[in-house]
Amino acid sequence: MTAPVRVPVPADLGDRLGAPDALVRLEGVAKTYPARRGATAVTALDGIDLSVRRGSVVGVIGRSGAGKSTLIRLVNGLERPTSGRVIVDGAEISALSERALRRERRGIGMIFQHFNLLSARTAAGNVALPLELAGYDKAAIRSRVDELLDLVGLADRRDRYPAELSGGQKQRVGIARALATNPKVLLSDEATSALDPETTHQILDLLGRINRDLGLTILLITHEMSVIRAIAHEVAVLDQGRIAESGDVFEVFTRPQAAVTRTFLDRETGRTLPPVLAARLQPAEAGGALVLRITFRGPHATDPVLAQLAREAGITACILSGTVDEIAGRPFGTLVVSIPPGDAARATAFLHARGLGAEVLGSLPADRPALPADRPAAPPQTGATHVA
Amino acid sequence: MSPELLRLLLAATGDTLRMVAVAASLGTLFGLPLGVFLATSGRGELFAAPLANRLLGALVNATRSTPFIILVVAIIPFTRLIAGTSIGTGAATVPLTVAATPFIARLVEGAIREVDGGLVEAARAFGASPLQIVLKVLIPEALPGIVLGLTLAVVSLIGFSAMVGAVGGGGLGDLGIRYGYQRFMPEMMAAVVAVLIVLVQAVQTIGDRLARRLNKRLRQA
Repeated sequence: MTAPVRVPVPADLGDRLGAPDALVRLEGVAKTYPARRGATAVTALDGIDLSVRRGSVVGVIGRSGAGKSTLIRLVNGLERPTSGRVIVDGAEISALSERALRRERRGIGMIFQHFNLLSARTAAGNVALPLELAGYDKAAIRSRVDELLDLVGLADRRDRYPAELSGGQKQRVGIARALATNPKVLLSDEATSALDPETTHQILDLLGRINRDLGLTILLITHEMSVIRAIAHEVAVLDQGRIAESGDVFEVFTRPQAAVTRTFLDRETGRTLPPVLAARLQPAEAGGALVLRITFRGPHATDPVLAQLAREAGITACILSGTVDEIAGRPFGTLVVSIPPGDAARATAFLHARGLGAEVLGSLPADRPALPADRPAAPPQTGATHVA
Repeated sequence: MSPELLRLLLAATGDTLRMVAVAASLGTLFGLPLGVFLATSGRGELFAAPLANRLLGALVNATRSTPFIILVVAIIPFTRLIAGTSIGTGAATVPLTVAATPFIARLVEGAIREVDGGLVEAARAFGASPLQIVLKVLIPEALPGIVLGLTLAVVSLIGFSAMVGAVGGGGLGDLGIRYGYQRFMPEMMAAVVAVLIVLVQAVQTIGDRLARRLNKRLRQA
């Protein structure tokens, strides 16, 4: 038995990576799948630096094919990086032998999109698997399994087979199994992508509770911003094998820098324009009423900004769409308004001065009202309607 | 049917059952690990050994493509080496086992390849060694398929066992040929066929039931 390689941590490393207490660290990680017959080499990940603070929930979001599955599998050594280092709790996963890796994996739990439960074992039998693999004795396994099934609220389903459980219950078994050996970190591979919204909510609640109550560090991958919003503290946006943007969830959600982040956010936070408006939007230079997006963050989220705009700056704004929401426990709102042409610079300056975000999206043709009427005017009952 | 003939029929049935039981047991003993190996030793798999995989695969194919009656004759020297003789019920189990092993191996391989790769990945993620993956994941998950495969193998062996009569192997097939055909005793022929039908039906029914009981995937909540 050889002890796993413990990597000495340089004193300044935590600062360099912006994480003083990183439990999981990826340093300059790249993964290339070599060329196969009839296929060229594929670079799945390139230049990935990522750190996961102890006790935090970090979400990695990306479209399918962005490399997120590869990324999460590097953390428990199911995949090995082509270059760079993967370090979990001081052990350099990327440099361990398969045998040493097996022991480290007991400290890294994992849950899966399709649950991956053994069909031939009951709920209790599935939870027992990692304990059996680790060589626990029967009595210890039994009491630990009961404790875990209780934790995930499935004590009454212990002797059911996966085929007799609902999707949400299966994932609960998956979570109990992943927690069996008291891991330091839990990897979640699209754990809610196969579940309906209500069940997704329950499972995310459970994961959040486990993070808070047990202090378990969670690294999750997903393609849904709603998952990130529900439980993550930090987010990394993965695009074509690179991290396009990362940071505090509230920061990234409210001040997205990368285009790919915006596309994820658009659907999620109601930042998109209603289709009738989007279809008519033209560049600001084309003239007409200007469309302005105002974003409210944190303490300003509930300011009566439109009233202030009218009273103090003399600009009347017409509301086109808007939402107020909560991200990572802090309020965040967006409001899309139209203002008279020519007032843009004054309005943006006024809003910025109050700590609000303001961005001109474009303009609407002046010859028609900003929003179409509810219903077209009824044509005259008699006489021909001529179409020019 | 005279008591004498009935006694012959019973003895032949016993011989057949013995031959089939021994060949099926030994065939499983050798075929199960071979099948597991064939299913897990391809490129990039659990026990990756592509060369050994291809060699064993070729050997299995060679054995399976040889008609059983040819195989029986072709391996007579080997049979003599193992059983000390090439005639009789005991000797007949040698070619039966040789035929059953690759057959069972292929069926086991197929059943194991049906196991969802996600389960293997999950087991790896929880620190399972390759051997633990085979014993705790692959075989238990493939068990219903393996049982159906073994049922098929036993049914085939009952058929094969009738052919070893050609080399003095005894059993129901031998009885049917010598009494039913050569001595022209249609009632003996009918009795042999009836016993074979009952045997095959029984084996198939038991195998199906067992496989269904082992398969936990079909249960509904």
